[in-house]
Amino acid sequence: MTHSISLTVNGARRDFQLDDPRVTLLDLLRERLQLTGTKKGCDRGQCGACTILVDGKRINSCLALAISHDGADILTIEGVARGDQLHPVQAAFIAHDGFQCGFCTPGQIMSAIGMMREAQAGDDPERIRECMSGNLCRCGAYAGIVDAVLEVQTSEANQRRSA
Amino acid sequence: MKPFDYVRPATIAEAVTAAAQPGATYLAAGTNLLDLMKGGVSRPDRLVDVTHLQGLDKIEHLADGALRIGALVRNADLAHDAAFAKAHPAIAEALLSGASAQLRNAATVGGNLLQRTRCAYFYDPTSRCNRREAGSGCDARGGENRLHAVLGWSENCIATHPSDFCVPLVALDAIVEIEGKSGRRELPLDELHRLPGAAPQRETALEPGDLIVAVRLPATARDFAGHARYLKVRERTSYAFAVVSAAAALRIENGKIREARLALGGVAAKPWRARAAEAVLKGAAPEPSAFSEAAQAALTDAKPSGDNAFKIELARRIVVRALTLAAAGTPARIPALPASPFASGALHA
Repeated sequence: MTHSISLTVNGARRDFQLDDPRVTLLDLLRERLQLTGTKKGCDRGQCGACTILVDGKRINSCLALAISHDGADILTIEGVARGDQLHPVQAAFIAHDGFQCGFCTPGQIMSAIGMMREAQAGDDPERIRECMSGNLCRCGAYAGIVDAVLEVQTSEANQRRSA
Repeated sequence: MKPFDYVRPATIAEAVTAAAQPGATYLAAGTNLLDLMKGGVSRPDRLVDVTHLQGLDKIEHLADGALRIGALVRNADLAHDAAFAKAHPAIAEALLSGASAQLRNAATVGGNLLQRTRCAYFYDPTSRCNRREAGSGCDARGGENRLHAVLGWSENCIATHPSDFCVPLVALDAIVEIEGKSGRRELPLDELHRLPGAAPQRETALEPGDLIVAVRLPATARDFAGHARYLKVRERTSYAFAVVSAAAALRIENGKIREARLALGGVAAKPWRARAAEAVLKGAAPEPSAFSEAAQAALTDAKPSGDNAFKIELARRIVVRALTLAAAGTPARIPALPASPFASGALHA
């Protein structure tokens, strides 16, 4: 039996026919839309490389069935920059060397963007580390990652104060 | 992953009918179920997706003072609900000490209750496991079992229940509301999970088609808000299951414990309510001698199921520390490292 679903992906509505309900959001993004920025690391919800925002919240796309998310609004790493203008989190990762090989980076950045929307960590490095614990980096770029997230959190807090 | 049929019922009644069929199982977020299906541990013929059912994602304050949490409320949404966290701080702390932020955003209240054991032999289809396949044997016995149960286990199964959320819930007398083939019923959370005995494959008191629709906390649960903590020892500071955990909640008046609640996690196939310890604490002054006596009472029946004798002494110490932290008072804000013994203030409490 074929199922029809529609998603909004990075602002554009996309319709899909699924002849097998086993497709995860991760595989749908990578194989049906060629949005390969979202990475398949462990595929079991342990590494965070597949992190995307669904209806504004960060989740592991490897543990989400596409068919169950009919109607969802999805943001992936391909959708965060505005043309050539990087998202502030992307720019901060470059400025602080928040990566080495880069495989975990899209997941790290999506997770950081989701974390900022959750507004729980503030500019406390210990809370940032805790709130980012669902994203593993096997190169060990954690120090740069925390610095990058901290910089964006701090500058956003300053902008709010001066606004 | 084995192929399956997918159905998306429009009503609870349709869901119950669809899930009562042999081989059917409910799908909520799927954070545990899809993992198990990818590993060939769970092989359902049909998934009944309840995530589109209406009305199950609310946190309601009832007229009698009870709090009703819909089964589809996401773990993170519950923990970050300011009114909830103020009234039930130990539960919020337990939620935030579990899994990762991504998983907490997806995982539901009902799904958390029904998550399966993390026993490595249950997870490995090439191992013998009475819980996964009745009568096949138990490779955890005599295997790698330092993290297994020390309370309520049987020769047939020594697995533990992995939930943090369930530990303070069971301490605070949570009730589970269930919709089934013969209508609605409710059950104390303490009676939802079964000890393994001779039939570890029967993990809960649920019947085919039964759907958890809500968890309810009685009005009395908030009486402990001023002295309630969850403490969890794990092998990493974040994003790890409990080796041993404890939820401690006290009602202190005029320098005496009027009422105590205590439950342990990571020690049994269910969240373990320690009623004998609560009886020891009732009427006592909130002091180390009473906490030590309570810890002894909580672990009286404990015995190692393998290389895990250390968990018994660890559990006693976690009980003492959790009670000490609870007596000191609930912090204004959940620590940066929720439930961690390494959180600032927790180390020398």
